Amino acid sequence: MNAENGSGKESASPLVIRDLTVAYHRKPVIWDIDYEAPAGRLIAIVGPNGAGKSTLLAACLDLVPRVSGEILVFGQPFRRQRGRVGYVPQRESVDWDFPVSALDVVAMGLYRRIGWCRPVTARYRKLALEALDRVGMAHLAHRQIRQLSGGQQQRVFLARALVQEADLYLMDEPFAGVDAATERAIVELLRNMRAAGKTVLAVHHDLQTVAEYFDDVVLLNMRLIAAGPVEQVFTIDNLRRTYGGKLALLDRVGHRMSMDVQLER
Amino acid sequence: MSRSGSPATGFERNRLLGSAAICAVVGVLSWAAWIPLAEGAGPLQETGNSQSSGVGGSTSPFWGSHGLAFDYNTLVVWSGAVALGAGGGVVGVFLLLRKQALLGDVVSHAALPGVGLAFLVLELVRAGSGKWVPGLLLGAALAGFTGIAASTLLRRGTRLKDDAVLAVVLSVYFGLGIVLLTIVQRLPGGNQAGLPHFIYGKAAALRMSDVQVISAVVTLAVLVCLLLFKELRLLAFDERFAAAQGWPVVALDLVLKVLVVAIAVVGLQGVGLLLVVAVLIVPPAAARFWTERLDRMVAISAAFGALAGLAGVAISASWPRVATGATIALCDSVLFALSMALGVERGLLRRWWHLYAARRRQDEHHLLRACYELLAGERGGVAPQELCDGVVRVDGLVRWRGWSPQKLRRLLERGQRRGWIRPDPQGWRLTPAGAAEACRHVRNHRLWELYLVKHADVAIDLADRRADDIEHVLDPELVAMLEEELETGGGLPSSPHRVATEPTSATG
Repeated sequence: MNAENGSGKESASPLVIRDLTVAYHRKPVIWDIDYEAPAGRLIAIVGPNGAGKSTLLAACLDLVPRVSGEILVFGQPFRRQRGRVGYVPQRESVDWDFPVSALDVVAMGLYRRIGWCRPVTARYRKLALEALDRVGMAHLAHRQIRQLSGGQQQRVFLARALVQEADLYLMDEPFAGVDAATERAIVELLRNMRAAGKTVLAVHHDLQTVAEYFDDVVLLNMRLIAAGPVEQVFTIDNLRRTYGGKLALLDRVGHRMSMDVQLER
Repeated sequence: MSRSGSPATGFERNRLLGSAAICAVVGVLSWAAWIPLAEGAGPLQETGNSQSSGVGGSTSPFWGSHGLAFDYNTLVVWSGAVALGAGGGVVGVFLLLRKQALLGDVVSHAALPGVGLAFLVLELVRAGSGKWVPGLLLGAALAGFTGIAASTLLRRGTRLKDDAVLAVVLSVYFGLGIVLLTIVQRLPGGNQAGLPHFIYGKAAALRMSDVQVISAVVTLAVLVCLLLFKELRLLAFDERFAAAQGWPVVALDLVLKVLVVAIAVVGLQGVGLLLVVAVLIVPPAAARFWTERLDRMVAISAAFGALAGLAGVAISASWPRVATGATIALCDSVLFALSMALGVERGLLRRWWHLYAARRRQDEHHLLRACYELLAGERGGVAPQELCDGVVRVDGLVRWRGWSPQKLRRLLERGQRRGWIRPDPQGWRLTPAGAAEACRHVRNHRLWELYLVKHADVAIDLADRRADDIEHVLDPELVAMLEEELETGGGLPSSPHRVATEPTSATG
């Protein structure tokens, strides 16, 4: 579990992306991404709308096909390291009217460990409850999820990833649409995770808080603009390059390409 | 608002799920196993008389009571209908939650040309074998799959939206099926094959062999659903997360589709292709009104489906010549309507009651705040004892809020029943409990006003009105956040605006 930089058994970076190009359906295109995430740091992925931030996460999780490139998680392909990667999707990606309780949702993070066809036993429910407690939601464990506020729903998603005891976490806008209390809770949680040696990559929208909440930043606009420690990379100049308009040509060629890919499939 | 979840512990829930599962499986199995025992007792029905679509007409009562003819045939039909209803209810839950409610419709319509083709193939292989039901059902299942595949391909390959895709697939397959049926009808032996039964169902003419097929398929489907309960739950709730976790979502989706095809195909014989979707979707939709938990939803849905089957057969047995399949679907609809009205979790009555209760609560809060402001005006930090000492006059209350005399009288009676106020020769007095309650509501109201004025740039006179609606929904958590935001202590702040005090209120 100790993922210290370059020492011990864990010498591989939590996430290495090499020459990654993704063009799929109508999703934003990303081109030639090369990136190596440092271990034990909180990393923000920042970029304008349609820059491919979510696509990047999806590509890391094998959720979209890659045109080219390679992704290594702790030195191995993702499919061999699934258990070590926790995923927090966007809150809007599911139907919160679903007939499950907060605890049920958190327990979903344990399904892989529980295995096929086995019920969620008391032991696993206890683990799920502990994870809910870590995000300050234990008292709402049996609430149906629609009855939770947006921030509470986000915390349920975080707990679902936490319960997995992963080493690398990919989060898609964990701060989107949450109240101030939840935001503070998430920040504290992220810091605790960092203290425990975890690495977190989170898509982040609020430029004002990047420097406060994160150690590293990845500036993305269809291609990698810059990446590294916040104090070095998060500069006005880089931001201007990131947000300086969408690259119309890249986008169009990408979509043309995604059509070809579809025809080939 | 703050209704906490049921206190059921994890262990209890697990046991509940387990017992529901066992009940469902045992129930289905016992229906299937029990009938052969009765087989010797009743006469086997001739297939020729299956023209009438209602149960009944048989003269040998097997279990006669209440004027219903509970003969052997009715019992056979009953077991088929109950098994089909329960199975459809269980599988349908996952279909409904996956937002593919009309998939059952696609499958059942697509099955019709399969039945026709299967008949033709069977006749080609050996003349006269076209009535072999398992063969026809196999054809139906295969065609059902091609229906699913066709809609998937259409959706992927074109920009058509789901509803258009469904319409195209449904009409193409159904048209093809009808054409094939008319061809079959002209063939020798095709007339007696009873293929049109697949459209309207022949629940009333189900035979022992049909029911055994239905029971077997339903038992398998229910078992699969229970074994893959958590996997299907995950698939329906968050497919993306499931995929990221390494669950084979495509395979799981295929399993669900196989289950739907299986239920739809055996349902063809029971209720007919037009009403299969009722068996699959109406019971789960009804069950949703009663619970917020998936395991219970499955159990309730299965029970509703079985109940509709039971009732539908009973009704059509007591009124001869009423189509059984349609009666079952109607019973499903009645259960749905009842659930929509009475469902304890999301029924309309419950919602209306909540609305009504909220209004009543609002009025009570307003009464208490009126008492406070009539006694203490805009001052904050008033001791509850001081409020108890004052007398609130009725005309002051009328002026404060513009309540009608009747409404105010009812409100005052309610306040008295709650022990917040008591009558006084000159008007009304707050009790200590009422004074504390009044302080709480006034405080909530003022905190919200202050927040609006300070942080939302709302004009002071508007803030009062806005706060009027909000103060009732402030739970302790929100109040705590407000306190933090406003940096007030636990005390009661004074009002940010002037409050028209009652000049004649007697204090002291």
